Amino acid sequence: MTDRHPGFSTLAVHAGAQPDPTTGARATPIYQTTSFVFNDADHAASLFGLQAFGNIYTRIGNPTNAVLEERVAALEGGTAALAVASGHAAQVVVFQQLLMPGDEIIAARKLYGGSINQFTHAFKSFGWNVAWADSDDVASFERAVTPHTKAIFIESIANPSGSITDIEAIAAVARKAGVPLIVDNTLATPYLIRPIDHGADIVVHSLTKFLGGHGNSLGGIIVDAGTFDWSKDNKYPMLSEPRPEYHGIKLQETFGNFAFAIACRVLGLRDLGPALSPFNAFMILTGIETLPLRMQKHCENAKAVAEFLAGHPKVAAVNYAGLASDRYNNLARKYAPKGAGAVFTFSLKDGYDAGVNLVSNLKLFSHLANVGDTRSLVIHPASTTHSQLDDAAKVKSGAAPDVVRLSIGIEDKEDLIADLEQALTA
Amino acid sequence: MNHDAYDDNYIRAILNSVKSIAMVGASPVNVRPSYFAFKYLAQRGYDMIPVNPGHVGKSLLGKPFVASLADIDRPIDMIDIFRNSSHIMPVVDEALKLSPLPKVIWMQLGARDDAAAEKAEAAGIKVVMNRCPKIEYGRLSSEISWMGVNSRTLSSKRAPIPTQGMRLSLNRMSVGGGETAASDRAAKNKSEP
Ligand SMILES: Cc1ncc(COP(=O)(O)O)c(C=O)c1O
Repeated sequence: MTDRHPGFSTLAVHAGAQPDPTTGARATPIYQTTSFVFNDADHAASLFGLQAFGNIYTRIGNPTNAVLEERVAALEGGTAALAVASGHAAQVVVFQQLLMPGDEIIAARKLYGGSINQFTHAFKSFGWNVAWADSDDVASFERAVTPHTKAIFIESIANPSGSITDIEAIAAVARKAGVPLIVDNTLATPYLIRPIDHGADIVVHSLTKFLGGHGNSLGGIIVDAGTFDWSKDNKYPMLSEPRPEYHGIKLQETFGNFAFAIACRVLGLRDLGPALSPFNAFMILTGIETLPLRMQKHCENAKAVAEFLAGHPKVAAVNYAGLASDRYNNLARKYAPKGAGAVFTFSLKDGYDAGVNLVSNLKLFSHLANVGDTRSLVIHPASTTHSQLDDAAKVKSGAAPDVVRLSIGIEDKEDLIADLEQALTA
Repeated sequence: MNHDAYDDNYIRAILNSVKSIAMVGASPVNVRPSYFAFKYLAQRGYDMIPVNPGHVGKSLLGKPFVASLADIDRPIDMIDIFRNSSHIMPVVDEALKLSPLPKVIWMQLGARDDAAAEKAEAAGIKVVMNRCPKIEYGRLSSEISWMGVNSRTLSSKRAPIPTQGMRLSLNRMSVGGGETAASDRAAKNKSEP
């Protein structure tokens, strides 16, 4: 008997799940419970002391959520994962394990506007500092490294610009600096890009987008690649030092190559509290079963819509890495050969007002602040998701005032094109 | 034998066949990894023997400590070494004097001594290095999945309800044996300068 290696679609359906022990239920049950009974006092103590595998309380872990965690870990090629309440919660939990007051991260300027806000404002009150670098200029990451740098953070496909990041080049900078590379893989999903294959040490997702995929549930996840040695130079005491909250356990020594995921659970989720509802985990799991099919359709539709817009007389520019003429097309061919995703921006010759008109004329596209839904979505980032940035930062993050962002759904592409056509000429 | 990565079937065969395990360097301190592994393996039905000269006269979860492998009064299938890499060789030398020989020598997470491994293998003993038997058992049975860990296995059979002393089935479908996992590949790339 030799090991068979199931493909991505098989993992998307099966990884982490198996028929329920008590009932034989084949779909993953929603374990809608706060707590789990212990077998006896010793079992309880073993669970609290991290000696045994098992369930205690849904803020720390839940069987429905565990299926989601293992499934995403398997799809990303990581050693373990931790599901949390949202993509933003995932980021806070990750950085709580890595940063002490006065520490620094280097982040790409091309990020989701909410992440830019979180890093700039919320993190400041924790004493965590951020240095910004330009994803198109690898040397800018190298220049930003200081003795206080503890991590580098990028998006694989950036929101809203749809640009592709050279993950391997930035992973090399992180390796040289001796810090982990964290990749937000929300817009690509592991179906299009697996950042761990390219040198990422930690992957985070907003499950709210394509992974859940139906616009019905918030969620976030942290995937541990198992690649980083946290004990090398005592820069990461949460992982390398005896933890007083667990009577002196050293997490890396005890849990090896999934110690980071354990730290996120038993130090992050346990103490900060952003637990994912098991109901949301169930909805997201159901979504993931069709991830490969949906992503194929999302990408096929996005390419057709981008091509249509690129040929339209009222359109000034289309930024979609899947177009042969796009500046990110080479990176897209390398990192995302199955498709360049389904979120991108374009600008109209008549500028800001024409963009606002277009949004209000659309009948099938929904005007809202989300991406990665089965439905096609549209928004004007400069006045919404990226409105807290000043004009220069808007341009740098890919959200210039004349830019409109689309998230292409899985409807029939002819209908999407017809809707854009009528809205552009209305 | 490639000791950078093990086929799941290699580990599975070991954990399915051994019954008695002598743990060299077992600690009575209940936050040490050796204590975790000792307790877990005892609860999964293995006959565990703690070996640590510093604790003779005491016992670990009801099992009396012995000072050395030679002091064990019955054949042992596997020796699980909870010592740093630099302390492996003397333990292997001691193991090679046992009769009958152990079937397996296992070195804990972080511990690796290729010369000692070669010596043991030359005597027909299977060797595992830099792994934890608790983690591997939990992974292959998927019990570790409660912690969100990627077990790298699949099964369409009803899961058992694990209870004290119960041996779990390790015979699930493997998803790509250790060596092909992206993270292992990436880890290898990382250690290159
Ligand atoms: C790329 C990216 N990362 C993170 C987030 C934050 O995720 P959540 O809204 O689930 O907190 C978003 C949300 O839009 C996003 O697009």
